[in-house]
Amino acid sequence: MSVTPETAPAPRGGTGGGPLLAVENLRVGFATEDGRLQAVDGVNFTLEPGEVLAIVGESGSGKSVTAQTIIGLTRSPNAHIEGSVRLNGDELTSQSEKELQKVRGSQIAMIFQDPMTSMNPVYTVGKQIVEAIRAHDGGVKKRDAHARAAELLGAVGIPDPERRVDDYPHEFSGGMRQRAMIAMGLALEPSVLIADEPTTALDVTIQAQILHLIQDLNRSRGLATILITHDLGVVAEVADRVLVMYGGKVVEQGTLDDIFYDPQHPYTWGLLGSLTRLDQPRPHRLPQISGAPPSLLSLPTGCSFRPRCPHEFSKCAQVPGLDAHLPEDPNHRDRCWLGPEQKRKLREVEPNRIGLEEPA
Amino acid sequence: MLRFAVRRLVGAIAVLFAISVLVFLIFNVVPATNPAARIAGKNATPQLIKNVEEEWGFDKSLPEQYWTQMKLIFTGKATSYSLAHINIDQRILEGIPQTASLCIGAAIIWLVFAIFFGYISAIRAGGFIDRFITVIALIGISMPVFWLASIFLYYLTYKIELFPASGYEPLSDPVEWAKHLILPWTCLAVLFAGFYSRVLRSSMLDVMNEDYVRTARAKGLNQRRVMVRHVLRNSLIPIVTLFGLDFGVLIGGGAIVTESLFQIEGVGYFTAEALNQQDFPSIMAVTIFGAFFIVLFNTVVDIAYAYLDPRIRLGTSAV
Repeated sequence: MSVTPETAPAPRGGTGGGPLLAVENLRVGFATEDGRLQAVDGVNFTLEPGEVLAIVGESGSGKSVTAQTIIGLTRSPNAHIEGSVRLNGDELTSQSEKELQKVRGSQIAMIFQDPMTSMNPVYTVGKQIVEAIRAHDGGVKKRDAHARAAELLGAVGIPDPERRVDDYPHEFSGGMRQRAMIAMGLALEPSVLIADEPTTALDVTIQAQILHLIQDLNRSRGLATILITHDLGVVAEVADRVLVMYGGKVVEQGTLDDIFYDPQHPYTWGLLGSLTRLDQPRPHRLPQISGAPPSLLSLPTGCSFRPRCPHEFSKCAQVPGLDAHLPEDPNHRDRCWLGPEQKRKLREVEPNRIGLEEPA
Repeated sequence: MLRFAVRRLVGAIAVLFAISVLVFLIFNVVPATNPAARIAGKNATPQLIKNVEEEWGFDKSLPEQYWTQMKLIFTGKATSYSLAHINIDQRILEGIPQTASLCIGAAIIWLVFAIFFGYISAIRAGGFIDRFITVIALIGISMPVFWLASIFLYYLTYKIELFPASGYEPLSDPVEWAKHLILPWTCLAVLFAGFYSRVLRSSMLDVMNEDYVRTARAKGLNQRRVMVRHVLRNSLIPIVTLFGLDFGVLIGGGAIVTESLFQIEGVGYFTAEALNQQDFPSIMAVTIFGAFFIVLFNTVVDIAYAYLDPRIRLGTSAV
């Protein structure tokens, strides 16, 4: 399932043998004035070196909270975190803030959606990279760290890095800033990169460049990547495996081909149906999933997708488990009560086109 | 950067000129009574009034009047007839060390306390310490300076003679200097410390939600470094703004109550005297003097912004 290139770094520390990153039954709830908000409700996945795992879902599906919880950024007095996150076998959820600081940046790096606001406007780009380097290795001289920052900027494709390293973030374009963010993430050669909507705020042409950069790094350095996005086009471009999230739960997971060619959950159909396709006649109107994502404060009983699903039936009042329904593919799982044959019939709204619309 | 500073200074000079014109008009044109008689004081002889009229150019056209009067004030030749014929500029100059000692000392105290308590409050937001500091800050903001000064004077200099009651000792004897100034410093600083700590707290809470703070945490910086280098550093702009204005006002003679109550014969004290005697030349001079410092410190603030936020440095085209 995962492609492990020869250049993959040996796992650091830990027990070895197991997956690089294992998330088990992760639940994240927040106490709010309106009650408890269950942002993430039982997420499981593993990540191997060199693999790109995409987490897909609408806003509020819990994908960003999942990612931030891995490195403990969601910790707060109001947050209630359960389950397990293991990096090379080491449990992260029980680590102290101090211990986690050593993991952040050096073993798991994270880049964010909006490169415009993700860098501190008052320090030069180089200084911010130097800060990341020296946070983990105080012994590095400032000059050496600065040279390394320039080198990293060059590596992510910023022209004239020796000069640009002393620029302030506002002197960079959006694409360059995201490259600089990636350079900062790479500074300590982490084994996992979490990219939270890294291309959402960028122009389409720049999006492709950034994706290719992430893909390159993933291949050349064996950098395991978690890519969070709501854009299936991005997923198709780079992902090896896909997790589809809805209302804080994983509703379908499988390989890239599983999700694109044999999607099992109606929500996935809806996502695929709302993509523009070049190989099909242009539809009159781009199909959409009607309704809005559910409020995490008051999820519907049973299947969370039930209110928006045209194929709802009596059984949907019970919560479906994340199970393998296809005997030939035990790793392709979904949360839907429909049988595989029914699904195949229902999702094909037109010959060769998957969608969520009510069959004619 | 230099061009930026020069532009700001030119702007400041223009503002000062406008203020001097305005002050001149308010004091000389608007009141209906004879300005020379007012300047000459209560028991002036007709001859004195006549002299004043000539000296201050009231027999000439308005622009000439303005020129004559500004020349008197700016060349140090203006005399106060109501206040024992003192030279006004000299009196202001003599007051500067006292006012500066009071204001700079108080400013250091209030900034240190405000940043310390604002910072603690922000990183412990919602907790017991935060609520405790909030109450203390509100008490500080609510206490009028004259009341606090009276309490200090009564209990700390009269009941228990912990500090000298009043007056000013030159800096040549630093211990006496500080002993005489501790109470006035505290009085002046309490209000500002309380207010600034509240401003810093809310500014820091805003900045904590910024994406770049999350980035700073995600790259593994420790909590203190995130808070000081990223949150505090970016929260200082509102504090700098307030400080420029407040400090300019005080050093320009605005610490009237504190200076009067503690008998520190600085610019603020002189302002109070001038107001009491309705001595217009003195009032005019201290007003321009005060305006000078307010404009000066606003300019300093603008330049400090450029240092605090590099994005402003590029904006040289916008004045």
